[in-house]
Amino acid sequence: MAAEEASRSSPRFRREPKGRVSRQDKYSVLLPTYNERENLPFIVWLLVKSFSESGFNYEIIIIDDGSPDGTRDVAEQLEKIYGSDRILLRPREKKLGLGTAYIHGMKHATGNYIIIMDADLSHHPKFIPEFIRKQKEGNFDIVSGTRYKGNGGVYGWDLKRKIISRVANFITQILLRPGASDLTGSFRLYRKEVLQKLIGKCISKGYVFQMEMIVRARQLNYTIGEVPISFVDRVYGESKLGGNEIVSFLKGLLTLFATT
Amino acid sequence: MTKLAQWLWALALLGSTWAALTMGALGLELPSSCREVLWPLPAYLLVSAGCYALGTVGYRVATFHDCEDAARELQSQIQEARADLTRRGLRF
Repeated sequence: MAAEEASRSSPRFRREPKGRVSRQDKYSVLLPTYNERENLPFIVWLLVKSFSESGFNYEIIIIDDGSPDGTRDVAEQLEKIYGSDRILLRPREKKLGLGTAYIHGMKHATGNYIIIMDADLSHHPKFIPEFIRKQKEGNFDIVSGTRYKGNGGVYGWDLKRKIISRVANFITQILLRPGASDLTGSFRLYRKEVLQKLIGKCISKGYVFQMEMIVRARQLNYTIGEVPISFVDRVYGESKLGGNEIVSFLKGLLTLFATT
Repeated sequence: MTKLAQWLWALALLGSTWAALTMGALGLELPSSCREVLWPLPAYLLVSAGCYALGTVGYRVATFHDCEDAARELQSQIQEARADLTRRGLRF
């Protein structure tokens, strides 16, 4: 920690100049979508609202994986409304993994920071300015939203879901000691080059993918800041947590335990 | 070293220390009261670790924040967004 402080205050090691130059920071929001026709207009509207109020420079990159419900049509309308410099459509033909969606989106990102979040309204864009402030405050490589700390929390979870979540989190903390409290959340801000490096190293899918990103980040000595977030479970569409998810989570957890 | 290896090392270290002390392999003359505590120590530790886990998880489940306000705020913003986007010509 002391070394970190020292490197931060020494101009030689400072990774980016502060003050007026950091006004040129640009934030690329990656929104991977699959059948999010109903949610997409609202998430984009909220993103635009949040960024216009906070004044940070941004772009929204929508990566639609060939949704049959017409998500792409809505996305094109939004592009017309907000302009193609703010809304970038980078669709893919069919459903491919989340990791490749981020790689695909990043190829087209012009920002030096990348924000990843779910497009289903469970992550509220009002937290993004807090992420950015947190990042600047500690010059972090990653800022992760957390449901498990401070004012963070969830809405729409029953007791069973809460117990599973807390147990999974507890076991993960004990086994992996990852240095971040919310490993399965996917509302995060990354330095672009950090995300690029991490994605190349991560092989898992689903919940475990987000977890692996943090574990690899710790291995590579990246710094992680945390911001409490409220997670409002899917308003439209249904959220999924079945036996299959739990089994694959455990498999992924044990794999990381044995290999990292 | 992987996390698994770290765990195995720590367990091996603690386990062998315990075994050496209880078996008297070090030639130490421990008072009998000490030995009586030492012998079931792993079981005590296991039980207290279990209690700690249950207590912690229970407390965290009970204090898991329910974000009612966030959900209400989101709902009203969705109404606002719908009106604004309709005005701008979005066909939902």
